[in-house]
This record gives sequence, structure tokens and C-alpha cells, in this order.
Amino acid sequence: MTLQLGHFSAAFVFALFASIVFAITHRQGTREMVSYGLYCFAMFLGGVLVAGWAMWLLRR
Amino acid sequence: MANSTAGKIKTANTAPEGNAMLVVAPALGWLIPGAGHIIQRRWIRGLLLLLSITSLFVLGLMMQGRIYRPNGGDILDMLGFIGDIGAGGWYIVTRAMDWGQGAIAHATADYGTKFMIVAGLLNLIAVADAYHIAIGKKS
Repeated sequence: MTLQLGHFSAAFVFALFASIVFAITHRQGTREMVSYGLYCFAMFLGGVLVAGWAMWLLRR
Repeated sequence: MANSTAGKIKTANTAPEGNAMLVVAPALGWLIPGAGHIIQRRWIRGLLLLLSITSLFVLGLMMQGRIYRPNGGDILDMLGFIGDIGAGGWYIVTRAMDWGQGAIAHATADYGTKFMIVAGLLNLIAVADAYHIAIGKKS
């Protein structure tokens, strides 16, 4: 079985699972884990978007 | 100073089964992602780790990612092997079934290779977390 993911889909899946592990292993308490997980997820996807736009600008 | 440090790092268990947990939890956590937490009754955390790390590794395989073998060549290949072996049981099963041996012919396969390496590295972090729970450094 072969799976083809686009650039953004791959980044989304990566950010989701990495954020869950980071939240569980880096924080104590449910509330802190949830907020840190959301922060990591936003940073991952935000970084992808910023890097994407930066490359688009450099290419022009 | 010594007392305050000792107070911060309280030992969870001094019983023989507590000492065994210092070894069993990280070892089991390496072999089966999340099992180090589950065996210490952190059910939800363990299941979330199992789901996340396994999904990342299996998705990497489905994307035609390549698994690294032990090697003494290029430094990046050696680091790739160290990352992959962190996935423990998943690495053993993949090697035994001879999966993940294709050439990286397209971008998706390259992503898949990175997914598997990161799954292994995340599992190593989870193993360290299971150890910290076992010694009582984390609740």
C-alpha cells in the first residue's frame, strides 16, 4: 500500500504527532500539556508557512 | 543545598519492584512505544504516545521511506540508523519483514524516510520520560 502526501499534508501530519509527543514529555499536568501541544503545533505549521513564503520571495 | 536537591528529586519507590521499574519501563517503552508509560498506569499518555509514534513510523513506511541498516559509511547514514533504531520493536519488525528497502525515488519517499527517523527519536524522548516517571522526577 502506497501513500502519497503533499508538502503541506506531510507537514501537518508531522506537526500533529510530534506536538503530541512533545506535550506529553515536556510538561506536567493536563492543562499545561494541552496548551504546550497547541503551541508546538502552531509553531510547526507557522514555521512551514513562513519558510514557504520566504522561499517564494527568494525565488522571485 | 544537598537537602533541597534531594527534596526536589524524590524517589518514587524503594521497594524491589520499584527498582525493577527503573529498567523495565524504559526497556519496554523502547520496544513498544508508550508501553513504558502504560506499565506505570499512565494509560492515556501511553496510548497517545503509542498512537503518535506508531502512526508516524507506519505512515513513513507507506510513503515508501527507506530504513537504515547498521553502517560505517556516511555520517548522515549512521545518524539515520541511530534515529531509526529508536523505534525499537517497529525497527525490528521492519527489518525482519524486509520492508523499507526501496530507493528514494521521489519527494514523498524522502519525507517517509524522515518520518521514520523522527518516530525513532520521539520514542527515545518517550523512553527518557518513562524513566523520569519511574524515578519519581515526574508525576
